[in-house]
Amino acid sequence: MDIAPDRRAAREAARRRHARRGSVVAAVSSVVVLGGLAMLIVSSPGWEDVQRTFFSWEVFRDSFPDVLAGFWLDVKLFLVVEAVVLVLALGVALVRSTRAPALFPVRLMATVFTDVMRGVPVILVVYLIGFGVPALGIAPDWLVQDPIYLGGIALALCYTAYVAEVYRAGLDSVHPSQRAAALAVGLSETQAMRHVIVPQAVRRVVPPLLNDFISLQKDVALVAILGPQEAFRVAQISAASDFNFTPFLAAAMLYLMVTVPLARIVDRQQAKARRRQGHVVAT
Amino acid sequence: MSATVPVLEVRGVTKSYGDRAVLRGIDLEVGEHCAVALIGASGSGKSTLLRCIDLLEEIDDGDVFLDGEVITDPSCPAVGVRRRLGLVFQAFNLFPHLTVLQNVVLAPMRSHGVPRAEAEASARELLGRFGLEGREGDYPDRLSGGQQQRVAIVRALATRPRALLLDEVTSALDPELVGEVLSLVRGLKEQGMTMVIATHEMAFAREVADEVCFLHEGRVLERGDPARIFSAPEQPETRQFLRRVVETGRL
Repeated sequence: MDIAPDRRAAREAARRRHARRGSVVAAVSSVVVLGGLAMLIVSSPGWEDVQRTFFSWEVFRDSFPDVLAGFWLDVKLFLVVEAVVLVLALGVALVRSTRAPALFPVRLMATVFTDVMRGVPVILVVYLIGFGVPALGIAPDWLVQDPIYLGGIALALCYTAYVAEVYRAGLDSVHPSQRAAALAVGLSETQAMRHVIVPQAVRRVVPPLLNDFISLQKDVALVAILGPQEAFRVAQISAASDFNFTPFLAAAMLYLMVTVPLARIVDRQQAKARRRQGHVVAT
Repeated sequence: MSATVPVLEVRGVTKSYGDRAVLRGIDLEVGEHCAVALIGASGSGKSTLLRCIDLLEEIDDGDVFLDGEVITDPSCPAVGVRRRLGLVFQAFNLFPHLTVLQNVVLAPMRSHGVPRAEAEASARELLGRFGLEGREGDYPDRLSGGQQQRVAIVRALATRPRALLLDEVTSALDPELVGEVLSLVRGLKEQGMTMVIATHEMAFAREVADEVCFLHEGRVLERGDPARIFSAPEQPETRQFLRRVVETGRL
């Protein structure tokens, strides 16, 4: 057709105009909303006090090295607890997914464990383990002397329960025909689990697992109540000594530096999972 | 009756799901190098029978014998039986997280203890023989339906089963892809593979099978030589079923 190129050009021009208008609107509305918000805060009667106590550059500069050192403890704790949780939670999920009658007591324990740990606030578990276990007087000295161990155990217990449920949803999402196929080629139930069902389940739950990682990375600050000198605790001490809250800002920034990149990884993984699900089988 | 023991023998097998009786006393014999075709409407029990033979479903009553040995006895280890049988599913059921080659070598390596190099060599040889060379490293979702089903058949053959159970292996395929899978099964028959074939492809059943069994509401209503069943069915239900099949253009 002769008119086709013209019409296509006109259509593309219209589309470009539309897109340009969209970005202009977005820019203007961002400036108005964010600018208005900033104006509101800055013009508030208490702003000068807030600026002095929360955004003091001198205090930030002086406290940052100590907070950073404390944050390093958070990172180490996070990494260790995370590794423990990934393994333990898969164990709990597998136990809950089995139907063998002999495993009934273990299955019951796993169910009670997840129900209790998921139902109690993390901070309570940290308290109970952190102060209750030493009080029993049966724990070895090394465990009781450094509160970081008990705090880590409390976090690991809570997150094992969360992550076990994530794994279990993944295991349930693998279609029964995969198990049937695995058995039909001659694998045992255990082999079918290990080589066919678990690998598919784990792949599917990577995005929700990363979400729980982000929560854990923040919740490590809860061990502060037991006394270890991690970022939040260091900031607290520093703030208490010179009545300036800027160290908290330093700690918040450090957490963000880890959690924001993690959040972007989650987004990318989720987008990838969506693409995979939408992937049409080539025929 | 011949003196030799049949490879597979089904005696009075019944199976219900709750109140619904799916198999109401099935008898079947499959001799060495024989192919038995199971035909019948959807829901007549073809798939359930195959799943019961492969011990994926527990039967309620009756016996299944493999090479003269009762395999449906609860004391008989199911894994050992399934290792001696191959089952191919209507929906392929390939392992989507494994490549074609890994799909094929998984069972030989894990359940038969074949060393990796040996398992891979024979898998490549089998895949090549069925026109799948060059696809070893692909994941199943990169293949056409026909190719996926051929991989599934190779996967079932990789453990050198005594008998192959085919559960409507072309029913999930686009019409133009049915041929490539059927010709593969035809080739297996020529090589003397013992098979039980549940199918809706009547022309194929007629050509390949040594015996055709018509299943109706969980019973073998009629059985016999394919030529006879398709040209002169005795039972009214068989006639009616075949007439419907002819109307839909499958024969």
